[in-house]
Formats: sequence, structure tokens, C-alpha cells
Amino acid sequence: MSRKSVMPGFGPTIGFTLLYLGLVVLIPLSTLVFESFKLSWDDYVHIITSKRVLSSFRVSFIAALIAASVASVFGFITAWVLVRYSFFGKNIFHALIDLPFALPTAVAGIVLATIFQPSGFLGKLLSDLFGLQVAFKPLGIVIALIFISIPFVVRTVEPVLLEFETSMEEAGSSLGATRLQIFTKIIFPNIFPALLTGFALSFARGVGEYGSVIFIAGNIPYVSEIVPLLIVIKLEQYDIEGATAIALTMLVISFVLLFLINLLQLWVRKRSGQL
Amino acid sequence: MNTITQPLNKDKVVTQQRALQDPTWVRWGLTAIAISFISLFICVPLGLVIFQAFSKGLQAYWSALSNADTLSAIRLTLLVAIITVPLNTLFGIIAAWAITRFEFKGKSFLTTLIDIPFSVSPVISGFIFVLLFGAEGWFGNWLMEHDIKIIFAAPGIILATLFITFPFVARQLIPLMQEMGNQEEEAALSLGAGGWKMFFSVTLPNIKWALLYGVLLCNARAMGEFGAVSVVSGHIRGMTNTLPLHVEVSYNDYDVVSAFASASILAALAIVTLILKTTLEWKQANR
Repeated sequence: MSRKSVMPGFGPTIGFTLLYLGLVVLIPLSTLVFESFKLSWDDYVHIITSKRVLSSFRVSFIAALIAASVASVFGFITAWVLVRYSFFGKNIFHALIDLPFALPTAVAGIVLATIFQPSGFLGKLLSDLFGLQVAFKPLGIVIALIFISIPFVVRTVEPVLLEFETSMEEAGSSLGATRLQIFTKIIFPNIFPALLTGFALSFARGVGEYGSVIFIAGNIPYVSEIVPLLIVIKLEQYDIEGATAIALTMLVISFVLLFLINLLQLWVRKRSGQL
Repeated sequence: MNTITQPLNKDKVVTQQRALQDPTWVRWGLTAIAISFISLFICVPLGLVIFQAFSKGLQAYWSALSNADTLSAIRLTLLVAIITVPLNTLFGIIAAWAITRFEFKGKSFLTTLIDIPFSVSPVISGFIFVLLFGAEGWFGNWLMEHDIKIIFAAPGIILATLFITFPFVARQLIPLMQEMGNQEEEAALSLGAGGWKMFFSVTLPNIKWALLYGVLLCNARAMGEFGAVSVVSGHIRGMTNTLPLHVEVSYNDYDVVSAFASASILAALAIVTLILKTTLEWKQANR
């Protein structure tokens, strides 16, 4: 504020930004909050603590948690391989990581359902070998969410790994550390905030994900019914109150996660010395 | 230099190098894990779209695509993208300018607000427009009286898509313009260029690749959005089905070829997006 910017156009640009933000995002979103004022606290508690709603929250959270964990482990390995090693076809491989961002969720949904259904390519293999059924079970939800989570983890860890100073590793090795010690004591602690951010982004996305999940999940109430689907079902039954209560709860959870992710990203930047 | 310590030193150098590089078996192992993981979760699904789409032959593929419902879905998808992408691009440029070129209170809060649509479940993004414009919504009666249809019609789909794709361009431009600083623009101004001249001859050339990248991502999402659009569309065949919704409806009708033929268009769009993205990243890096 001390120095006046010489750049032109502050008034019009900030004005337009706020107006457009208000019209497209804030006003529509605030209707959910205002709509929920029509509910009494007792109504709200009654809707949210009903068995079906609680089960859907449990399914969504557990599936997102497992998927984000699996994606974090394999996403970290993938990022590591992409940054540190070179191999044939690496560039194509690198570009393909973003496919889950670019591929419409409905396409991902029908493809994964087709692969993992009992008669499908992998579904048959898994049931023949291990007697494992993936599609139309909670496990199917986890598979869909892993697919969605991959780029979140890889693309969060990768830049930090790229910028990581090998001089720190050199210092460690000249002090006599083994490779394993260097990894656990130097590399991993420095990458960890980014990995945690990737995990959190995956989890946040996973809880709200709809398109890629509904085809493979089977959508059995109490078993494999996710929260976003339950909102749609309530809406189709013209149960606006029920849909509002669940949606508002989801929205609050999303905002809490957004806040935590912002804190995490601040931590990442502090660690990598950008702040 | 003492001759006795020399072999010792050499030994130490070897161990040090070993500590800086992963052992071969670790390299091979990790590479194998990464390739298997990505193949399983990304390459197999991608291959399957093509396989299923052509499973009944080229003829069936073609007739699935030239079907009236598919064509109408393609038209609606294009219409939605043509309206939403330019609007959000314009917003992205203007917001990035306001945020990166001026200091004001609440700037980081504003940046967080711009990101909101990313963290809201797609279903909720559609639901809020039903609350506003649906039959029981706030403006429901008024719209009915004036015979305007928004929900279960194209305007609702456009609004929901506008909400979903809102942050894409701004998000690409803000970090880049922040990092660039405004010395070049100040120089242009001090040489007597007007605001527009400065923007078109200095700012725009500097941000063009990031801008294009943002537009690309915005477009991919606008054409591919499913959850939000599915809530407001009503799934009326040949009327309010976008391509992703057409994929769903065909799939649920066990019309596999039609579902995967439509899906193959969207997958092709995703691949083109990825190719352009990779090219743009390369251009940006070599700028």
C-alpha cells in the first residue's frame, strides 16, 4: 500500500473481478446457505443422523481415505521415477499422468466399470485368481478414486522433487550416510509436506467425486452409496430439505479441507524456501 | 598429499557415489512398479475405450456417432463450451491483472475465493442452480410466469459449467504474472504506450502460452463436465443431453457401442488436450 502502482486499470479490473465472482460463484453458492436457514436445527440433525446418510458419509470417507493413501504411495514412486530415472518412453508416460484430469469423469466411470465388472478383463482375472469382486462393491469406489487421485499426488510431489537440492544429499553422503539414511533422513522429510498436500487434495476430490464412481459402485444403499449420489437421489425425490442438509454438510467439510490444504501449501513453500 | 591415505580416499569416493544413487535393483524395481501402476490405471482404460467403441466394427461405430441423439449431444456440448470458455477466459485475464499488478487488502482471500469451485463437489455445483432456478427455487415462480426455462434446459447447463470452469484460466495466469513482475510493462508505459497498447504488445505475448494452456484445460472441463451438468439437465434425449450425459444414458441402456463411441470422442479430446499441453509446457520452458 506504500507505493502507488503506476499500472493502469485497477478500478475497472477489480470491479469486474468482484462482480463476476459474485454473480457466477458467490451468489449461487450462498443460496445453499440461505436455503438451509429454512431448516430447524432438529430437522437438520434428524436428516444427517439418519442411518442411510451416515452410511453414505462412512462409505465416501473411508473410500477416499484408502484411495488417497494408495495413490500417495504409488504416486510418490511414480514421481520419483519420473524425476530421477530415465527410461524408454518416459515423455509419453509423463504426459499420460494428467489423463485423469483431462478425461471426462463419465468416460472414466464407464471404462472402469467395464474393466472391473465380473465379466470384464480385470474383473474376471481378479475373481478367478483371488475370488475378489471389485465392481458393484465398495472396493470399486476405491479403484475409481485411485484413478482420479493419481495426477494430484504426482503433480504436487514432482516439482518439489525437481527443485530439491542434491547438494543436501551430497552433504549427507560426505558425512558418511548410507543411501537409505539419506532417503529417510534428508529426502523424505523434505518431500513429506508436498506428499501430504497431494494426499489432502486427493482426499478432498475423492469425497466429492461423482461421475467416475457411480458406474462402478453399484450404488447399494448402506453399502456402496456415496454422499454426492445421495444428494442426487434426494433431489430426484423432490426432497429439497434432505438434499440441502447433506449438501451443506459436504460444503462445510470441503471448506475445512480447503483451509487445511492452504495451510499445507504454505508449509511446503516455507520448507522449500520460497517464503 | 599423503600417499597412504589415497586408496582410502578412493574407497570413500565410491561409497559416496553409491549413497547418492539408488542401487540398480531399486531403480529397476521402482520403475517397474511405476510403469505397472500407470499402465493399469491409465493405459488400460484408455485402450479399452477404443476397443469397445470399435467392438462391433467401423460401421456400428459410425452409425452410433451419426445418430440424431449423438449429434444433438455434440451440438449442445459445443454450444456450452463456446459460451463458457470465452467468458471465463476474459475473467481470468482481468482477475489476474487486478491481483498481480496491484496491492490491496484481502488479496490472498480473493485468490482463495476464486479457487472455490475446485473444492465444491460437482453435484453441489449443479444443485445450487436448482435451488435458484428450479420449479421450487427462488426464481421458480417468476421464471414460470415469464415462460423461461433454465433448469432442465440449456441455460442451466451453461450456468453450471460456467461455475465449474470458473477458476481454470485465472489459476494459470496468476502465478505466472506474479513471477514475471511488471518491469517490462512499466518500461512500456514510461516509453509512452497507452494501457491497451502495453497490454497487447507486452503483457499478452508474455502470458500467451500459459493463457492458451488455461483455455485448453477450461475447454476440456467445459466439454467433459458430468456431475454438475447431470443435476441440472434432466437428461432429455436429443434436447438437454451433453456428450458426457449421452455416454451415461447410452451405457445405462446397455447400448455399449453408442456409449463408447461417444466416449471415444471425449477421450480423443482428452488426448488432444494432453498433447497440446505437453507442447505448450515445452514452449513455455523454452520461451
